[in-house]
Amino acid sequence: MKAYQRKLDIRNGCVDLSHGSGGRAMAQLISGLFHEAFGNEWLARGNDQSAFDVGAGRMVMTTDGYVVSPLFFPGGNIGSLAVHGTVNDIAMAGARPLYLSASFIIEEGFRFADLKMIAESMGEAARTAGVHIITGDTKVVERGKADGLFISTAGVGVVPHGLDLSAENARVGDRVLISGTLGDHGVAIMSKRQNLAFETEIVSDSAALYDLVAKMVEAGGRGIRLMRDPTRGGLAATLNEIAQQSDLGFHLREEAIPVKPGVAAACELLGLDPLHVANEGKLVAIVAPENAAAVLAAMRAHPLGRDAADIGEVVADDHHFVQMATSFGGGRIVDWLSGEQLPRIC
Amino acid sequence: MKYADEFRDKEIALGLAKAIRAAADPQKLYRFMEFCGGHTHAISRYGLEDMLPKNVRMIHGPGCPVCVLPAGRIDMAIRLAERPDVILCVYGDLMRVPGSQGASLLKAKARGADIRMVYSTIDAIRIAEDNPGREVVFFAIGFETTTPPTAVMIRLAEKKQLENFTVFCNHVLTPPAMQNILESPDIRNIGRVEIDGFVGPAHVSTIIGTAPYEFFAEEFGKPVVIAGFEPLDMMQAILMLVRQVNEDRHEVENQYSRAVNRDGNLRAKEEVSDIFELRDQFEWRGLGQVPYSGLKLKRAYAIYDAEVRFDMHELRVDDNPACECGAILRGVKKPVDCKLFGTVCTPETPMGSCMVSSEGACAAHWTYGRFRDHQQRRVS
Repeated sequence: MKAYQRKLDIRNGCVDLSHGSGGRAMAQLISGLFHEAFGNEWLARGNDQSAFDVGAGRMVMTTDGYVVSPLFFPGGNIGSLAVHGTVNDIAMAGARPLYLSASFIIEEGFRFADLKMIAESMGEAARTAGVHIITGDTKVVERGKADGLFISTAGVGVVPHGLDLSAENARVGDRVLISGTLGDHGVAIMSKRQNLAFETEIVSDSAALYDLVAKMVEAGGRGIRLMRDPTRGGLAATLNEIAQQSDLGFHLREEAIPVKPGVAAACELLGLDPLHVANEGKLVAIVAPENAAAVLAAMRAHPLGRDAADIGEVVADDHHFVQMATSFGGGRIVDWLSGEQLPRIC
Repeated sequence: MKYADEFRDKEIALGLAKAIRAAADPQKLYRFMEFCGGHTHAISRYGLEDMLPKNVRMIHGPGCPVCVLPAGRIDMAIRLAERPDVILCVYGDLMRVPGSQGASLLKAKARGADIRMVYSTIDAIRIAEDNPGREVVFFAIGFETTTPPTAVMIRLAEKKQLENFTVFCNHVLTPPAMQNILESPDIRNIGRVEIDGFVGPAHVSTIIGTAPYEFFAEEFGKPVVIAGFEPLDMMQAILMLVRQVNEDRHEVENQYSRAVNRDGNLRAKEEVSDIFELRDQFEWRGLGQVPYSGLKLKRAYAIYDAEVRFDMHELRVDDNPACECGAILRGVKKPVDCKLFGTVCTPETPMGSCMVSSEGACAAHWTYGRFRDHQQRRVS
């Protein structure tokens, strides 16, 4: 005879310590909430791990933790972010993301309804990105020991042989392409912070970028030297990082860098530089000059690259400076962000 | 972006740059000090230096309230924040200001002090209301611009009869500091630095008006042009200063007439003088003790004065002897003249005050302008 088990009260219930204890309650949470949202053959088998076939090419692996506050923000929530962030890190190698793991650290008292919504966004984001969440873990900690929910995801993907995107490939004269407007994610998060709340129509750009990457690779082939997604620290951090790793420098034109007026206005008020503000659905590509026009056209033809722009070039520079001609007419450095701009942006 | 792009127009900027080149006598040197950190930041952020002729030089003044706060006051705040009953509310850019021996509010917070970053004085009041069992102290800092909001907050605390709310007052005044610079031996006696004119404060002047600068223009024979913080404001102000120098005039002119008048904001000045009074002297990092340059709460408002309630004692800390902030703030040296600049002193690990805030002379040069040092070296 099957033992009676009360259904999860999704609407009014919340997570308690028993949901992380390894007992029946935990099994119920996992099958009733996570499996439901992620639904796939691997999870259905219920093993401690999942096995999958590996196709031709090289494996790519990455991991990321998500502690964003608030958990729900315009344009997404911690769940969709936890999928997009990880699949994008894989995609920046030119690799097709395939499988994800997801680990949840939940604070006791967290509402089932919120958890369900987050899990469903994860499932939805994974389906859109063409990946499967095939293994996971759930832990519950006492009240006050975690701020609601932390998620950690790891992912694997496959990159075809012959495609090797890396900073050391950059050459003097290469073009710098950006896939769209900068700073949307950071400003969307800030607009909802408790002590900072302001009205804006800006929504996070959080999105999975592999489809765009595939179109770019198709158009640019080996001409694409490397790609990065400018998340925390913004475009400034990404380009400074590349400059150091490639032993080169950059010359940018401020006029060419796309920033939404609402983002520019919010940054102006808060004293921030949009080039330091985080993005979650943008990429920067360093492309050989002869391929740049074709790659840019491919980007602009894709919904996630409509506002793509050529913003500057790679130059020789022993000091690894990222220099920029300001739209006012002078010159300046685009430096790393110093100190903390805003904790827990992703 | 409306109301901002108009003041960042490249074509107008090029026109003004041309006018400055035409007006500046190539036989003459024009050395202007912009007092405010906001101006320093605009110069660096928009690359104004590249648009000025070589003989028009900008000297970055001490007008960044975070930069001039002495290490001793930071130490006092840290001690206060370490009390378990205290919540210290601060503006974000104070968090990394170095106190003595590498201490900072950021590090004190990591060790367990309850220090909260706020964006307005109202946030601090809210925190006091939400925590009736704790002592909430607002770390008040800034020039004449940020003093009225502190005054309003004290009024509000009074109205709400908040008993757990006090202010650690570090408000300072602009005119005494400008006078101090002009009277410093470097400038007056030794004559090491010539200052041919001042770009006067923007936001400060919206409160105090242009009248307080008339004394300088007269007494020291230096032109003052009050200018807004947008890059076109700066360019126009520089042109106005060049013309005054050429015509041997030393007047107070107001470029920022869209926001500043002669008398300033009377209501704000009234609120401030109701609640605050002058300190006999106040220490400025880099300038030392400057007479009548700081404010404290009047005796009638002593119940809101953290220094009274917690019996805080003045702490004095000597700056790192190798640090040239003092000379840089007075325009005697440039950031690159300091041995610490860019070596042990960077925005991540500031040793001196000028490296702390993005408005500080060293931080602005490091963050936006240091590529020029290498360009010059390459040429020479």
